[in-house]
Amino acid sequence: MTSPENKTDVKPDTKKDPDKEKRKIKSDKKMREIMTAYYIEAKTPKEQTGKKIAWITSGGPVEPLQVMDVIPIYPENYGAMIGASKMGVELCEKSEEMGYSSDLCSYARADIASSTVNGGPIGGLPEPDMLICCNNICGTVLKWYEVQARYYNVPLFILDTPICHTEFNSDMKRYVVTQIQEYISFLEKICGKPFDYDRMNEVGALSIRGQALWQEILDTTMNRPAPMTCFDAFFHLAMIVTLRGTQTAVDYYESLLAEMKERIAEGIGMLPHEKYRLVWDNLPIWYRLRWLSNKFTDRSACLVADTYTSGWCSSMKYLDENDFLGSMAEMYTRIFLNSGTDIMADNIIKMVEKYEADGVVFHSNRSCKPYSLGQYDMQKLIQKKVGIPTLMIEADMVDERMFSESQVETRIDAFIEMLK
Amino acid sequence: MESLSLFHEINAKPDEYAAKWKTETGGKVIGNFCSYTPEELITASGALPFRILGTGADISKADAYLQSYSCSLVRGALEDALAGRLDFLDGTVFPHTCDSIQRLSDIWRMNTGFPFHADLVMPVKLDTESAGEYMVSVIRKFRKDLEKGLGIEITDDMLKDAIVTSNRVRKNLSRLYAVRKQNPELINSSDLHTIFRAAMLMDRKQLADSLEPIAASLESKTATAATKKKRVVLSGGLCSMPDVYKVIEASGGAIVWDDFCTGSRYFEGFIDENGDLEKNIAEKYMERVACPAKHSGIFSRGEYLVEKIRENNADGVIFVFLKFCDPHSFDYPYMKEMIEKEGIPSMLFEIEDKSSSEGQLKTRCEAFMEML
Repeated sequence: MTSPENKTDVKPDTKKDPDKEKRKIKSDKKMREIMTAYYIEAKTPKEQTGKKIAWITSGGPVEPLQVMDVIPIYPENYGAMIGASKMGVELCEKSEEMGYSSDLCSYARADIASSTVNGGPIGGLPEPDMLICCNNICGTVLKWYEVQARYYNVPLFILDTPICHTEFNSDMKRYVVTQIQEYISFLEKICGKPFDYDRMNEVGALSIRGQALWQEILDTTMNRPAPMTCFDAFFHLAMIVTLRGTQTAVDYYESLLAEMKERIAEGIGMLPHEKYRLVWDNLPIWYRLRWLSNKFTDRSACLVADTYTSGWCSSMKYLDENDFLGSMAEMYTRIFLNSGTDIMADNIIKMVEKYEADGVVFHSNRSCKPYSLGQYDMQKLIQKKVGIPTLMIEADMVDERMFSESQVETRIDAFIEMLK
Repeated sequence: MESLSLFHEINAKPDEYAAKWKTETGGKVIGNFCSYTPEELITASGALPFRILGTGADISKADAYLQSYSCSLVRGALEDALAGRLDFLDGTVFPHTCDSIQRLSDIWRMNTGFPFHADLVMPVKLDTESAGEYMVSVIRKFRKDLEKGLGIEITDDMLKDAIVTSNRVRKNLSRLYAVRKQNPELINSSDLHTIFRAAMLMDRKQLADSLEPIAASLESKTATAATKKKRVVLSGGLCSMPDVYKVIEASGGAIVWDDFCTGSRYFEGFIDENGDLEKNIAEKYMERVACPAKHSGIFSRGEYLVEKIRENNADGVIFVFLKFCDPHSFDYPYMKEMIEKEGIPSMLFEIEDKSSSEGQLKTRCEAFMEML
C-alpha cells in the first residue's frame, strides 16, 4: 500500500528534462493532496471531528465503517509509509528491544513500536476506538491486532475468513455471512447508533465503482507502450485501500483513468524505451522503489502489472451490485491471497497472458509468509505453462537490513540476459 | 515401574512401526501436523493417525520448495516426504493453523503425491457461537472426506469406540502429568516426552492399554522427599529436537508442566461419549487450551500460563519455540510480562535446528537454573 510519503526518495530534478516531464503522471499531485487531507482529518482531535477511529487490516471490510462515519486507519499503509521514508530499521529495532523477534512481519514490528513512541513520518497514527482484523491476508494480522488490543485496551472484531485452498464451500459462506451480521452489531454497539442499510447500498455502489475503475486503470498497461508501471500503481493504490467506498476515490480514479487514456492516445509510455514487459509478485520493497524502478527502466524493462495492487479488485466478480452486504462475505473471503498456491500461480499466468509479459519478478518477502511460501512452485508452474523466465529477489518490504543491493542488481542483470 | 521399552523402540524408528502396523492390520496411515487434528475420526475410520514431527535430517530437497525463513518443522517434514521417508503414508491432514503450515499444505498437495489430502479449515476464532457452529461443520465434512477418501463408512458406533479410546489415552496421559507434578523424581520428563512422541503415532488401543499399567504403577509409589530441583514450566511450540527435557533436567531443573502441543495441549479436554458425537468433538477442540495461531481472547494464553505456574508451584518458565514461529513470537513479550508481574523469571530459547541448538541450550539452562 502506498501514501504521499512513498515517493520521498524521489529527489526533485534540478534541471528539468522535458522528456521526463512529459512522462510524469500529472494526477500525482492531486493524490498527495487527498491523502494529506485524509491523514489531517484522522489526526484532528476527535472532539472536533466527532468521528470514531477504527484501525483495520488492508483486506478488511471497510464499507460498513464508511456507513457508520468511522474513520478507517490502516496500520499496513503506515507500515508502507514508514518503509518508504526509510524509517523502518529504527522502528523494527525498537520492537526487537520490546521482545519481538526480528523474524516477524516488519509492518507489524514497525507499527507496534511506532505506537509506543509516536514514530514514523507523521508522528504516529491516531489512537483507535476499535480494531477490525480480517485474516484473509494472513494469520499475522490476528496476532498483531491482539497486541494492539492489549496496548490500547479497545474492542477487537475479528472477521475470520477461512482459507480457500481448493474450494469455497457453503459452510464457509454461512460462517462469514453470519460474521458480517456480528460485525454490524459490533459497530452499532460501539457507535451507539443503528446501522443505515440505505447508506450501505450507496457506499457499496461506490466501492464497486472504485474497484472497477481501479481495474480499468491497471488494465491501461495492456497498451504498448504502457502509460504507467507497477511502481505507479503502488503509489495510486492508497486510494482504493483507504478510501474505498467513497466518492473521493471514485472521482480521483476517474480523473486518473482519463489521464491514462490521454497518454495512450498520445503514445506516451512511462518508459522512454519499452522493450520487455514484466509482472511483479508480492509487496513492494518500499525503501528501494526508486532504485528498483530505475534499474528496470535503464534496462528497458517495464513492470506492466503486479499481483499486489490488483489484489484490491481480484474478487470483485463475487460482488452483487444489488446486494453488497450479502455478497461481501464471499468477496472478502475469496481474495487471491486467501487461496491455494496453484490458484495464485494461475492468477499470475493469466496476468502474463493478459498483459503480454516476457517475464515475472518475484519478491520473496521475509515478512509475508502466506504471499511468499509457494513462490518456488509458482516459478515452476510458470516455466511449465508459459515458458518465460522468472527472477527471485530476496528482500523484505520494510526492513532494509534484509536487502543486498549488489546481489539484487546482479540477479536483475542475469535475468535481463535471459529475456534477450 | 512398567517398562518404557516399547515407547523407546517406537520412538527410535517410528517409520518402521507405522509400516509394520500397516502390514499387520492392512489399515491406512494418515499423517497429520497438529494437535487440532480430530484423531478420533481417523481412528474410527480404521486408519492410524501419525503425527509428523520431522526426523531432523539435513535439508536438501525441500530447499527447492521452501524459503530459508520457514521453520524447521515445515522444512523438515517436506524434506522427509520428498526423500521418501514418509512413503508409508496413505494421506495427510492439515488443520489450519499458521501461515507456514497453510502454505505447506499447498506445496505438499502439489508435490508429494500421497493419495489422500485433506485441509481442515477450522475457525481461527474459538470464542464465538458462530465459530463453534462452523467448527461442527468442519468436523462433519472431515468425516465425509475421510469416508470418501478411504472408501469406508464411519458408523456412529465406530466413532464412539474411537472416542472412548481417545478419552482413555487422554486420561492416562494426564495421570502421568499428575504424578510428575507431585513428584518429579518418579518419572523424568525425557521419558515422559518419549511416551508422548510415541503416543501420537501408535495404535491408539495399544496405547491406551500400555499406558494404564504405567500410570497405575507410578501412582502406587510413595512420594520421596520433595525435589530440590527448580520447578520449571515450559511454554511454547512443538519441540521434538533436541531433547530439551534431558538438557533442562541435567541443569538442575524439574519440569512440572508444559504448554506444548506435543504435551499438555495434546491431552487436555475430554470428549463427551454420548449424543451428537461430531458436535462433541468440535466442542472439545473449541474449548481446549488454544494454540497461539488461534484466538480465544487477548489474554487467554497468558492467563493459562499464570494459572499453571500457580497450580504447579513453579519457580521459573522456559519459553521454547522454533525459530520463525510467528504465533509464538508474537505472544512471547506479553506472556513474559504477565509472569514477571507474578515474580516468575523466564528465559527464551529459539530452536533453529538440532545440531546448532543443543550446546547453546545447555549453557543457557545452567545459567538460568543458577539464577533461580
